[in-house]
Amino acid sequence: MFIKAILILLSAALVNNVLLSQFLGLCPFLGVSKQVETAAGMGAAVIFVITIASAVCSAIYLAVLVPMDLTYLNTIVFILVIAALVQLVEMVLKKLMPSLYKALGIYLPLITTNCAVLGVALNNVQNYTDHVMFYSIVNGLGSSIGFTISIVLMAGIRERIATNDITSSFRGMPIVLVTAGLMAIAFCGFSGVI
Amino acid sequence: MKNKYINAIYNGLIKENPTFVLMLGMCPTLAVTTSAINGIGMGLSTTAVLMMSNLLIGCLRNIIPDKVRIPSYIVIIASFVTIVQLLLQAFVPSVYSALGIYIPLIVVNCIIFGRAEAFASKNSGPLSFCDGIGMGLGFTWAITVIGLVREFLGAGTLFGIEVLTKIPGFEPIAIFIMAPGAFFVLAILTALQNKFKAPSATNTDTGCDSIACGGNCAACSGSVFVANKELLDKAKAEEEAKKAAEKAAKAAAAKAKKEAEAASKTEE
Repeated sequence: MFIKAILILLSAALVNNVLLSQFLGLCPFLGVSKQVETAAGMGAAVIFVITIASAVCSAIYLAVLVPMDLTYLNTIVFILVIAALVQLVEMVLKKLMPSLYKALGIYLPLITTNCAVLGVALNNVQNYTDHVMFYSIVNGLGSSIGFTISIVLMAGIRERIATNDITSSFRGMPIVLVTAGLMAIAFCGFSGVI
Repeated sequence: MKNKYINAIYNGLIKENPTFVLMLGMCPTLAVTTSAINGIGMGLSTTAVLMMSNLLIGCLRNIIPDKVRIPSYIVIIASFVTIVQLLLQAFVPSVYSALGIYIPLIVVNCIIFGRAEAFASKNSGPLSFCDGIGMGLGFTWAITVIGLVREFLGAGTLFGIEVLTKIPGFEPIAIFIMAPGAFFVLAILTALQNKFKAPSATNTDTGCDSIACGGNCAACSGSVFVANKELLDKAKAEEEAKKAAEKAAKAAAAKAKKEAEAASKTEE
């Protein structure tokens, strides 16, 4: 079980990277990746929210939806739970951990409707049949670490690109997309690992 | 373009095309365009959800209290997505399995939430319905075209019919149907738009060089609208305060005048 958990963690973080091979949560990836510092803040907030959301969503799935035979309602339930959860996390952090709130606070509202959170939660309950809760948390943690790795790398590259002389029509978004494409090729190399 | 209903449809199809001009909903655009058929499936599912949610939100816009409108929209959209998901699973299982996780993810598609907030919450049901048709079909044709390009280069087929692969010794450029290819196709598309100065969110003068309305779907589907609304409300409140202050000043002036008159009368 623990070996499987390690495999899930590695494959979620590197092989099936949320951003570069599943295209989930692309908007912050392209929008909030101008500086390494903000990218790291966004990544930390995503790790926090996705891990908690995976745990809560799989718990609700197991405790409420499966016994009542309502699994077809999972999309509605998950999106509402995630939206409420982000608000709750924001309030709790503000009250109990003001320093952490200061660091992550501005990124939290951006995550509410991030497709990566919903996507990971839905993937969890579809893919795992035993130890759902445990594997979901591991998968959530792995996916969000993968998100953070790629958004921080992207921000590092973009900081360098900003000073480069690029053909006028490729300035701005196109060069960022080309960079993302090259990173995706690099991450394809991980598929041989597992 | 006299009829406002036809105008709303035309607007979504060409003038404000969600994919090419507004640059919204990039996640499904990149993820499911590995073939033209997938593009059509995703586009039509999104259209169905968009039409119905716009219609319902347009009809209910005066009943839904302003403070809980975002959760209400989420529930409405998520219900229609579930309906579409079940219908696809029952009637076109091949499309359902090809699109997989991206069907439930229509809920968080910026286009749907964006149109609900920007259009349906201000216009009548039928007009919003037409806007939904226009935006949905605009999205459909855009991602079908992207899918066609990727399928043609990456697999050598068009809608599953072998075209390039019939040439002996031809080897398709497989990278185009893999994940990196999606980024390259979109990069070339935005570069061409920059080159020809085509109207697009990526090359406006305001310096908005990020995809999807300033760079994140989350902001697009919630924060930006909330922020804009707050700004508007603030401006409105300020204006009202100003008016009130003016009125008060006027009243005070009138009162002072009256008092002065009264005083002068008593002096007389």
